[in-house]
This record gives sequence, C-alpha cells and structure tokens, in this order.
Amino acid sequence: MNANYLIALNSILYKECNRFLRIWVQTLVPPAITMTLYFVVFGSLIGSRVGEVNGFSYVEFMMPGLIMLAVINNAYANVSSSFFSAKFQRNVEELLVAPVPTFVIVAGYVLGGVARAIIVGVLVTIVALFFVDIQVHNWFVVFTTLLLTATLFALGGLINAVYAKTFDDVSIIPTFVLSPLTYLGGVFFSVSMLPGFWQGVSQLNPILYMVNAFRFGFLGSSDVSLIAAYSVLIGVTAALFLLAMRLLNKGVGIRH
Amino acid sequence: MHALEIKELKKVYKGGVEALKGIDLVVEQGDFFALLGPNGAGKSTTIGILSSLVNKTSGSVNIFGHNLDTELELAKAQIGLVPQEFNFNQFETVQQIVVNQAGYYGVRRGEAIARSEVYLKQTELWEKRDTPARNLSGGMKRRLMIARAMMHQPKLLILDEPTAGVDIEIRRSMWQFLRQINEQGVTIILTTHYLEEAESLCRNIAIIDKGKIIENTSMKALLSKLNVETFILDLAQDYPNIALENTQYEQIDGHTLQIEVNKEDSLNQVFEQLSKQGIEVKSMRNKANRLEELFVRLVEAGRA
Repeated sequence: MNANYLIALNSILYKECNRFLRIWVQTLVPPAITMTLYFVVFGSLIGSRVGEVNGFSYVEFMMPGLIMLAVINNAYANVSSSFFSAKFQRNVEELLVAPVPTFVIVAGYVLGGVARAIIVGVLVTIVALFFVDIQVHNWFVVFTTLLLTATLFALGGLINAVYAKTFDDVSIIPTFVLSPLTYLGGVFFSVSMLPGFWQGVSQLNPILYMVNAFRFGFLGSSDVSLIAAYSVLIGVTAALFLLAMRLLNKGVGIRH
Repeated sequence: MHALEIKELKKVYKGGVEALKGIDLVVEQGDFFALLGPNGAGKSTTIGILSSLVNKTSGSVNIFGHNLDTELELAKAQIGLVPQEFNFNQFETVQQIVVNQAGYYGVRRGEAIARSEVYLKQTELWEKRDTPARNLSGGMKRRLMIARAMMHQPKLLILDEPTAGVDIEIRRSMWQFLRQINEQGVTIILTTHYLEEAESLCRNIAIIDKGKIIENTSMKALLSKLNVETFILDLAQDYPNIALENTQYEQIDGHTLQIEVNKEDSLNQVFEQLSKQGIEVKSMRNKANRLEELFVRLVEAGRA
C-alpha cells in the first residue's frame, strides 16, 4: 500500500478512536452497564432456574452471546453515528477533497468501529468474569469471529449512514432490523429449543451463525457448522464491503 | 503549464438545473485570480467540481497538468480548499482539525504537528490550539479553514468567500496573509461578494453569470473599461438651485451633489461652473466601489 494511504488511514483511525474515547460515557459505559444487568437478571436470577442448555449452565451458555450482542451493536452504532455526523456537519468533505482513495475511507471508518467493538467486548468479558468461569475452547475461532462480525456490522453501519438523511434514519435499522435479528439469533437460547419450522427460519438469520461460531470458540458447542458460519461471515462481509465501495465511489449521499 | 485549465465544463443537477453551460477558464501559475458572479451564477459549482465535491456532467479540468478524470489523486493533492461554509468537526480542537487534515494528504503526524504551529501562528490561532472549534468566533473559524487548507502546502489555494461575516480588521489581516502566501508562489483563486476585496487582491478576473463566463480579463483591463465615475460632493452650505452644463448631475439635497464624469473629461470644468455660482465644495468621494459598478453593468448587459 502507498505510504501516503497508510498515513491517511492512520489519521482516520486516530480521529475515530479519539471520537469515541472523548465521549466514553456515551460509548463505552452503557454497554458495560446493560450487560451487567443482563448477567444479573438473566444469568444469576432467572438463569439459575432455567437449568442447563446444551450441557452448560445458562449463564455460561449466554455469556458468548452477550459479548457478541455488545460487539454487534457497538460496531454498527459507532460507524453509523460517526459517518452520519461527518455528513451532517459536512466534515466528510475534509476526506473527499483529499487524495484519499475510497477503500482507505471505508477501512478507516470500519477499523474505528472494530476498535470500539473490541474495547466494549473486552469490558463485557471483564463483567462476565464476575458471573462465570470463562474457559476458551479455541482462541482462533474466538478472535476471527469477533473481528469478522465487528467488521461486518461496521460496514453495515457505514452503509446505513450513507443512505441516512436524518438522525431518525440512523436509528431505524438498529431498532427494527438489528435488534430483532440479534435477539432471535441465539443469544439467549439454542435454536434446537425452537419448533421445527422456526428452526428452519432461524437458519436465514446471519446473526445466528456469528453467535454460534463465537460460542463454539468458548464452549466448543454450536447449533451450526463452523464452515457455514465462516462462509456466511466472509460472504456477507465481502458483499457489504463491495456495496460500501460502490456507494462511496458514486458519491451517494455525499456528492452532488 | 497552467495552474488550472478548464474546458467546456458543464454541470446539470438532478432535476435539470443547468448550473454550468460549458465554461472555459485558464489560471496561470502564481496568479491571484478572482471568480465573481451573483448568487447562483455557478461559482460554487465550479469550485465544487475542482475540489471533487461535485461530479461534473462533461468537460475537462486540469490542475497543474493533472487531469481530474485520469489523475484524480495527483490533481487533488495540488489543491487547498477553503469552502464557503464551516465544514470541520465542531467538537474537535483546532490543532486536531489541522493535524488530521494534513494526515489525509500523507503528511506524517510529527511533521503535521510542526506545521500546525506555523500555520496556526500565521492565522493567529495558536493560542486557541486546544479549544474545540465550536467555541471559536466566526472570524476564527474562517481563519481555521485557511490554516487547515495550507497544512499540506498546496500549489493552488481556492477560497470560496473566505471573509464573509468577518470584521474589517480581521479581513485586512487575512488579506495580508493571503498576499504573503501568493508571494511565496501559491496560486490563489478567490470568490467573494466584497468586490473591493477582489480589486485589492486579484490580478486577473472572470465574471460568471447563469453558468457562463461573461468576462475574463486582467483586473486592470476590466477597470479601464469603466468610462464614467460617479462622485459625491459635500457642499459648504445649502444651495437650492444648482445648474451644470455638459455634466450629468443630481442634487441629493441642499448640501449634497452627485455628478457623473466621463474619464476623458476634466473635473476642472465642473469646479469652474460651481465656482462661478459661488458654490463651495468641502469634500469629494467616489460614490461606489469601481469594480462593483462595472460588475453590475456587465451582469445587467449579459442578461439584456
């Protein structure tokens, strides 16, 4: 890669990290608090009465899903709000007038989202340590699914921000698409607990593959095959990257 | 090689508005060039295309020999843009804004921090380097955009109404700064509504109206086209009935007389006539900025 591109990428990443660290009370603290509540309510209070799921205590089963839930939400929210704010305040023009190729802009924003997702993921993992003994079955699977999922949703947030015309448009997808898919994506239950028809429907939910692959990394147990999970992760990430590149190259929402 | 060469540049916006109808323009290296025109004439569209913020419909643009279609990044690297509206992150500090911008142009962080001291001092913002941009005054924000545009040391600086809303003292100091930059070899293209600013700073000028260049010449040649000058004479006392021959005049009130004098005519004949009538003139001034007068005439002639 051209040395200038690396410097530009660094600058975007620095700016992005600086943004979410500057407002850490809004970006880093809420997921830690929310996940603590999930662990307390669903893990300790209700979970103790639920019994085992796939051979693990409920809180053990739920833990990878909750980390993934936080990673997904934060990767998405970081990029969608940052890029939309840059459009709204017009400071995206700082990048558009500079000799920065589109893939560097996409990479810079996505890495910013991934950075926040990882920090939040680590915070939630630290919270989880108070409720469960964490064992890692396969570090490679944990890291790759974490990075791919964060990248995928950071790209999703970028595409959302490109199309968004108002702040309401930034929140529509997380509220009406992302949340239902996440909650029905096997964070709190195993799909084997669903009736046959709904098990089939669940296979169409990409988040199911991410949560289960991540869970496999910790517990060595998954409702889906790893090959299917990586295929979905890599395939959807590549598709979203190409779409984001196409939208920015055409100047959708940012050039006249 | 020209600093800027535009050929047959057209822009039609979605909805069919034809903002540029095929303009040709050349700006030489080292020039201080004024691009003037009434609101909606196509100035900002032209600047938007040069800086890649607006997609052109057709035509070609070369910046220091780099074609905007085939060598986009090299063309972009030559330009520093000071847009009309504030377009920085209001929550970032002054120094963060300029240092990040330099990074987008490939300037390493250490070097960018060193340059930020130079340009923030030149624009009198160094003391405000740790202040979030939203806390700056309007004039400071304008200067911040100039400092930001200079961080990658561009060869061509484009300023879209850089002194709008800035008080006279700061405007004059910004003029001084721009003159210095120009003397260092940076080509400057300026749009402004303060025609006095263009007259004071620029050597060459193009006037654009309704998407067409209606005048493109040197400032000197343009001003020489102005045949008539209008003067306001302040009289010593109330003179109710003034009569002048061979001169267009209008008595504004008893104390004030407005006269129009052709360039080839002498003012002496006016004063002789006034003296004969016993009228004493206390002071005299130009009615309006000369360029402003010419600008209005050219635009009106173009629309006739």
